[in-house]
This record gives sequence, C-alpha cells and structure tokens, in this order.
Amino acid sequence: MGKIENVLKNENRRDFLKVSGAGVGGLALGFSLQLGPKIAQAATTHSPNAWIKIGTDNSVTIMCARSEMGQDVYTSMPMLVAEELNVDLNKVNVEFAPPAEVYINALLGGQLTGGSTSVRDAWEKLRKAGASARMMLVAAAADDWGVDASKCSANNGMVKGPGGKKAKYGALAEKASTMEVPKEVPLKPKSEWKFIGNVKQARLDTKAKVQATAGYGIDTRVPGMLYAAVWMPPQTMGAKVTSYDDSRAKNVPGVKAVVQYSRGVAVVADSYWTAKKAKDMLNVKYDAGPNGKKDMGMIWEELELGAVEPGVTFREAGNADEGMAKASKTVEAEYRLPFKSHSPLEPQNTMADVRSDKAIIITPTQFQQIVPHVVSGAIGLKPEQIEVHTTFLGGGFGRRVETDYCIDAAEISKAVGAPVQMIWSREDDMMHDSYSPGGIYKLNAGLDSGGQMAAMTYKATSPSISAVLFPSLVKDGIDPFAVEGIDNFPYATPDMKFTYQMTDVGVRPGYWRAVSHNNNVPALECFVDECAHAAGKDPIEYRMAQFDMDESGAKKHKWSGLSSGIAEGPRFKAVLEAVRKKSNWGKKMPAGKGQGVAIMEGYNTVLAAVAEVSVDSSNVISLEKITSVVDAGQLVHPDQALAQMQSCFVYGMCAGMFSEITIRDGATEQDNFDTYRLARMNEVPKVMDIHFMPSDGSFVGGLGEPGTAVIVPAIANAVFAATGKRVREFPLTPERISAA
Amino acid sequence: MKISFQLNGKRTSVDVAPDTPLLWVVRDTLGMTGTKFGCGKALCGACTVHLNGMAVRSCQTQVGSVAGQKVTTIEGLGGNHKVQRAWMALDVPQCGYCQSGQQMQAAALLANNRNPNDQDIDAWMSGNICRCGTYPRIRAAIKAAAKMS
Repeated sequence: MGKIENVLKNENRRDFLKVSGAGVGGLALGFSLQLGPKIAQAATTHSPNAWIKIGTDNSVTIMCARSEMGQDVYTSMPMLVAEELNVDLNKVNVEFAPPAEVYINALLGGQLTGGSTSVRDAWEKLRKAGASARMMLVAAAADDWGVDASKCSANNGMVKGPGGKKAKYGALAEKASTMEVPKEVPLKPKSEWKFIGNVKQARLDTKAKVQATAGYGIDTRVPGMLYAAVWMPPQTMGAKVTSYDDSRAKNVPGVKAVVQYSRGVAVVADSYWTAKKAKDMLNVKYDAGPNGKKDMGMIWEELELGAVEPGVTFREAGNADEGMAKASKTVEAEYRLPFKSHSPLEPQNTMADVRSDKAIIITPTQFQQIVPHVVSGAIGLKPEQIEVHTTFLGGGFGRRVETDYCIDAAEISKAVGAPVQMIWSREDDMMHDSYSPGGIYKLNAGLDSGGQMAAMTYKATSPSISAVLFPSLVKDGIDPFAVEGIDNFPYATPDMKFTYQMTDVGVRPGYWRAVSHNNNVPALECFVDECAHAAGKDPIEYRMAQFDMDESGAKKHKWSGLSSGIAEGPRFKAVLEAVRKKSNWGKKMPAGKGQGVAIMEGYNTVLAAVAEVSVDSSNVISLEKITSVVDAGQLVHPDQALAQMQSCFVYGMCAGMFSEITIRDGATEQDNFDTYRLARMNEVPKVMDIHFMPSDGSFVGGLGEPGTAVIVPAIANAVFAATGKRVREFPLTPERISAA
Repeated sequence: MKISFQLNGKRTSVDVAPDTPLLWVVRDTLGMTGTKFGCGKALCGACTVHLNGMAVRSCQTQVGSVAGQKVTTIEGLGGNHKVQRAWMALDVPQCGYCQSGQQMQAAALLANNRNPNDQDIDAWMSGNICRCGTYPRIRAAIKAAAKMS
C-alpha cells in the first residue's frame, strides 16, 4: 500500500506511466535515447543501455534520471553505475535524462524525484546497469580476441585479456552495445567497492556551482526568447480574472504583448525587468472565488469541526476504550501544526517555446515525466510533440513535483508565438505555493501502574494533499501522505486506535519535504515526552523500555509504504542508546537551558536527535547544539549523507521555530522573507554532531527528508526541559512560549 | 540611456533605463547569469555583487547609480579565488543557487577581516539565506579560506 504506482496507473491522466515493466533491476536495454540536454560531445557514442553512453574517444556519460535539487543525485547515482562499470567516477560526464519509461522510479511509479527514494530505487538497478554494461564490453573484447570472457577483466575504462591484449572501452562500445544482455549480473561485494562509501568522494557538480556555471531553470537562454512577468489573483484556489486594463502597461518601451492565460495576466517583454515594471501598471479585476473571505479563524474552526468527527481508523490494536478505562493515569493533549511554504530560493520559472507542431519546455522540475501530459491539454499538442529538458533546480523540497508553472509558461508562449521565459517574483512564489498543510492532532494515553503507555488514541485532522494532487492515492478516506510517522508507531502499546479526518480548508496543500512526518512526528514525540513526565521517568529511559520489539511487521506501514520493509525495534533501541551517549544526555544544565530528545523512522531510516536550547527572559530560543544518530543503512556518499542531515536540521528548525503561513481574505499574508522567516547564519547551531550507524551494506535508507521532522519535537522537548513550558502550537515563537 | 561602468575589470556600456536594477542588467542585458534573483527586496542576498569592493545587493542597486564605478560579479571572482577554493574543498553547495551571493559576501568579509571569528561571520553573513541549510559548511569554508593565501 502507499506505493504511488499501484494507484496512479488507474488514473486516466497518468495512463502513460505504464509502470508494469519498470521493476527494480530492469535495464530496458536497447532503449533508444530521446533528445536530452546536450553536452558537447566530439565523438560518436554508443549505449550499452539507457544509463550509459561511451564515446569512441573513451568519454563516459552517465545519465542522471533524477532531478538535482541539492540532494546529490548528480553524484550519488552515477557513483552506483561507475562502481560496477569500472570507470573513474571523477572523469565521467553526467547528463540529465529526458522523460522515458526506463527512467521510472519504481518506488513511486513515475519519473519523479521525491519521497527520499532516489538512491533506494537506484541501489540495485544502477549497479546492475553498470555491471551489465561492463560484462558486455568484456564479451565484445573476448569475441574480438577469440578468447573466453572469463579470461578477461575490465578496469579503469579498459578491458584486458590473455597475452597482454587490451582495449579501451571507447573502441569496444559499438560492438558491446550489440552483445547479448547478460541474464545473471553479479554485483561486487562491499569489500571491493571503490566509490560507494568513500568518505573522500567529492560532488561532481560542486565546481560548476561554485563558479556559477551550473544552469538553473532561470538561467535558460534560447534565441529570440522573451521574458514574462505575471499577475495572478491572490487567492490560490478558485479565483479568476474578470477583466483587465493594460493601457499603461502596453506603452512601456520593450513590452511586446499583454495576454490573459488560465491563471492570470502575463506581460511579455524583451527583459524581465521591463515585464515586471509593466506588470505593476496593470489594473486587474478578479473574482476572489469561494475562498475569498477565508481567514485563519475560519480555517482553525473548520479543522476543529473535523477534529470532533470520528474519522477513519488507520491503525488499531486491542481495545482502546477498554484500555483507557483501566488506566492508572491518563494524559491528554492537542497539538497544532502550521501551514508552511516551500520557498526554494530559485523562484518558479519555465522557458516554453510552443510552435504549431511541437513544443520545447526547459524547466526546473521534479516530475519531468508528467510535464508533456499536463502541458498537452493546455496548448493542444500531443504529449509526444512536447520535448522536456530538466535543468539544475535551485531547491525543490516538493514544490517542483507540481507543474502549474510549466503549464502557465506554455500557455503564455503559445499566446505570443515566441519562446518565453516566465519568471515568478518572490511574492508570486510565496503566495502561490502549495503549502504544507496545518492540522490538529489530539492524543490520549492511558498509563498503567508502572507509567507505561498501555493505551493510546490518536486523531489527526488535516487537509489531504493527495486528494488535490493525486486523488486516486486516497483510499477509504485515508491519504497515505497524511499518516506518515504515525502509522508506524514504534511503541509496544497493546490498546490503541489511530484515526484520520480529512478536512479541506480551501488552502492549496502540497508535498513538503518529509510531508506528514512534519506533523505526526512532533505531535507524537512531544506527547511521549509528556507521558514520560507524567510517569516521572527520564524521556530516554521511558522510550527505551517501550519500543515494540515484535517484528512480525505486518501492522507497520500499512499506509505509508514508502518506508516499509525493515525490522525497526532493535534499530530504535540502538540509535537511542547511541544518541544518549553522544549527547551526554542528562548532563547538568544551567537555568534556562535544556536538552530534548525525539526519535522516528521514515524512508527506511531510523534517527534520533537531541537538541540543546537556551530560552532567554523574552522567551527567544537559541538552538545551541544538535546531536544526532542516524541508521540509514549503507551510505552511498557519506559526506553528502552528512550534508543532507545538516540540511534537514536547518529546514526543520525553520519549521519548528520560525516559519508559518497565514491566510487573510483567502490570500497568503506572507509574501517575502521579511514576513516568512527562515533560519539565518547566526541562528543555526554552531555544533551539529551527527553520527551514522555502521552498516553491513544490505540496504540503503532515505536521507533527504526525515531529519526535517525529528528535530522539531527535539527542540520543543528541550524548551520544556529549559522552561517547564509545554508549547503545543508551532512554530515556537516567543509569544507562544509566553502564553504557555 | 547609455550608462558606462567597469564590470569585472572591463569597461562596459549599456543602453537601459537608469532605474533598472543592476541584477537584471547583468543577467538579461549582458547575459551573465551567475548572479541570482532570489527575493527582489534585498532580503536574501542571492544577488550580491561587489561595488567598488563592497558587497551590495544588485536587485536594489539601480544601474544609473553605478556609472563610472567598479562592479564585480561572481564571474569576476575568477574561479580560483580562495573563497571558491575553500567552497570546493568543503563541497559547500547543495542546490547551489544562493552560493554566488554567499561567496561574494564572504569574499568581501575576508577583504575587510583577514581572520573572522564566529561572531564576525554571524554578523557579516546573516543577510544571506541558504534554504538548503549549508550554513555550517559556509562557516567552515570562510575559516578555511582565511587560512589560504
């Protein structure tokens, strides 16, 4: 359950996904590559499979079929291919792959970057692609030399045979690409890995990013290209332009056209600044739609109404009512999580060149495969007439799974009959985001005479992201992306009932780094802290005694399947024990300072964090130190695994301490970084002590997201330890701490 | 209107409205895309360039105001500046979008303060947002660059 592929393939607009033939390990050899972003290639190239191009000049190009948005797929995925192809990773070219079935992410069912799945999906598939190609190169050489392939070896881009025979890959590639694809593809044992797990391996995109030659979407330049700035009604759902006066805008020198498109009005000019200046002169009338009066009071009221509904049960054991009735002590709490904006630093943009018989879309997208299909209807071309190129992404965080901005740019290009780069202002980007949905989380626990959590009820009430974006993912009233981090509840509580009430509040929801873990993990892990306090126990001792060690497993991840599969109880214990030691847990802290802990599993990774905070007399938090222990299985690129944890903790501390989107008159009140606050250099802890558990190399866990969620309750629990104040509404602003 | 200034050591003339932000002149008129657009209001630092050696936000600097002066963009940092070497040695960038601005800001810091401590770095760098959260590495890279010649 929860795998997008199982449900998406039934959805009409996604028939193209045809996921059946795209299982892990499938190489789809013989696939002919479509047009992609071209890098200069002097030589003819040959492709033993869709992941590898070998030039007659011995150049090796590895296709990167996931979007590089900071998380390192540009290096970590080619690393898997190079490891088995036996070429020097630091000399390969990397090219972003075009949309194609062979590049589908089997964990998601689409060529889509998200869910901390890239390396997990690629782990066997790309190593096998490399190994298979190497075997075909060896077979080609052996055939040339009339010797048995077992007498030949391949290393560092060269095949060697008996009697000093040798041939470089470039000379063998043409023949190799016609050789039979091996059926059995053995992989190197861990002891022979050169690149995987190499702590000194550098990123392959660093130089281009440092020297500012990496091309982001916004850097796209094509001949004859014009620039568009847009005016959109401030309400994200249901608003429409009714009329507009462009008499002033049209007269600005450099303005080529003013056109209405589905979502708003675009000013197209010979430079972005001209377009933007003219856009500010438009006088647009609009109908604010059904949400035009919406404000936070109404939104919370709607959520409160949802919270008293019975909801749909997503996990149940024993009898929660009876368990609560026989409890020695009960604990009850309600947590509220806010709406949040993705705010990648590169605002949404797309270059679209729509002609009568074809279209080219160059865009920073996380979901290149769907782009031709969503653009198709908007511009009246067939999907196969639409060519999509993926650029580097200036951040993604889930925002660029959506393709609204690609459709907008295509409509505008079609209307003016020229290649157009549409660029959103920061205000456009923040006010027309899809927001991490806020919600109400009600928890009740019945503690037994020893203080253990013998019974628990959990009620999540929030808007459903999938109901808006991928409706067929919602089954029996449950959105799998609303119950992550709680349907895999890790404690051995015999009587429990967990329910979810989907509640639409008229605010556009979106998948946001770690998605519903960001709501469920803070609610649960703060509440467990409350239970520990009620039981008079140390928060780590309390958790340690209650992890569910029953590994039958079936009850876990019934819904949030992106994390399923690995036995968890022993991992939780080991990680928590390690973080206790590394953090010097329980050390004496001065008044106003405290430590807080939280632990979770997500994306097959188990991780714990201890936050150390000080809270001053104005109730301003300083996050001074984070200690974390992470069991993510085998690390493919260890230094970048560390970078992802650092990144998650900063992204998460923004959510926990600073960032909140609020609505007034149906529109987002925050429109730039003065009102939507993000962490800055002076606010980030000077010490982040992050440790990874050793691995036997048998699996990889996801790292792009989970740290975002675990740090929030760690901070809140530390604030409790420092002040005795339990704040149940996020972010933890001084006002909320004062009021607690 | 024709406006002339020195850009990365070269005399440059553009014919644009003098209230055009330097950011868009550099990116659109001159085709140098290394300087990034982030917020348009001097709140994020992605567009940081040097004006006569001082770090300024090019989204809030009208091109008319730089006439006759010296502008340096990330392209003019040379590719092998000690800040860039330190950034590469520590693999600082993630998505990388803010890093032109971060490096220009850091280069200006080191030009003024050869051995900045944590407080100096906090004070100087807190106007530059990194949404990926590369702050720990930026801090370490500034300290590493300070030790380079």
